[in-house]
Amino acid sequence: MVRAVPAMPAGMSGIALPDMSESGPPDPLARLGERLDKARARRNGKPMPEPDNADLQRGAGLGFRIGIEFVVAIVIATGLGWALDRWLGTRPWGTIVLFFLGVGAGMLSVYRAVAGIRMPVGSRPLDKIDSGRKPKDDWDDDEA
Amino acid sequence: MALEIQPLEQFTIERLIPLHIGRLDVSYTNSALFMTIAVVLITALMLLGTRRAALVPGRWQSVAEMMYEFVADMVDTNAGHGARDFFPFVFTLFLFILFSNLLGLIPYSFTVTSHIIVTFALAAIVFIGVTIVGIVRHGWHFLRLFVPEGVPIVLLFLLVPIELLSYFIRPFTLSIRLFANMLAGHTMLAIFGGFAAGVGLLAFFPLAINIALVGLELLVAVLQAYVFAILTCLYLRDALHLH
Repeated sequence: MVRAVPAMPAGMSGIALPDMSESGPPDPLARLGERLDKARARRNGKPMPEPDNADLQRGAGLGFRIGIEFVVAIVIATGLGWALDRWLGTRPWGTIVLFFLGVGAGMLSVYRAVAGIRMPVGSRPLDKIDSGRKPKDDWDDDEA
Repeated sequence: MALEIQPLEQFTIERLIPLHIGRLDVSYTNSALFMTIAVVLITALMLLGTRRAALVPGRWQSVAEMMYEFVADMVDTNAGHGARDFFPFVFTLFLFILFSNLLGLIPYSFTVTSHIIVTFALAAIVFIGVTIVGIVRHGWHFLRLFVPEGVPIVLLFLLVPIELLSYFIRPFTLSIRLFANMLAGHTMLAIFGGFAAGVGLLAFFPLAINIALVGLELLVAVLQAYVFAILTCLYLRDALHLH
């Protein structure tokens, strides 16, 4: 009766509508004014602002990204392998090899989306690119 | 009683003004119509917002300025310095997707971004553009993007293909994300709308769900435009700042 109900709301809303489960995190537009002020203050003087990592990670933007990243990587890679097999007559090796490469690429994308936009494709840490600014500085950037 | 729900009917492309060039079908469709509406609305908003520019902005001006500041900040923080050149591109892209998404939520309208060919074309423009920018700025050096640093040579045989793959998958993830979200959302709206139409007095329940869904879809519409634009910025950043 009533007993069963309390367990539901928190988790269920996410599970019931898998495609829409990204609705949880707050809208990034909500803190627009605050961020604009921050940006105005920041623009003076700093030649190269860091990517707004905190914003992305907390915002729903990230949630939207990683969901599809993994699946699409595998599907596209496997499809490519299958097409290569048809073209070169190497069935089934292209499909197999590219499937695993796709899994790798998918994991890499998800890892990068979660662990840091700070890493460009070449997985070079960003502090090397940004002429010596330590990455630690901007982890606490928004608390300051 | 049979429920007649055709949730996918709303995505049908209709030729409003049939046009053919040779064997090429370039008809003006409902999709093109809503693209035109989006572009006209954006242009109107920006013209209206900047026509009488005042120090203390009026309503339209503050909307236009807010959009501008929002995207400018996004480009600055995510694409790094030197990316201001690409601000007009990102701004256009963001506004077009945002308006297409929002226009699609109006009943009886058509959602341009629910067609993968549209989102893929947008993503392909981003992908090709970013690649060209990278090659122009860095020449052959651009290929270093695919070679991770400080990795044993043996592993490179595995990692370079993975990097290449994850680079070339970008236009697909970018387009499928937007397209799938719009398609799924609008299909769901249509399904619950169809329930509401079919069950008589019980219609309250699907209707209530639909109201909640419209709110969710509003969020998704704005958020997807934001995600598309921010990923464009991040890709630009890769191309501009590789060393």
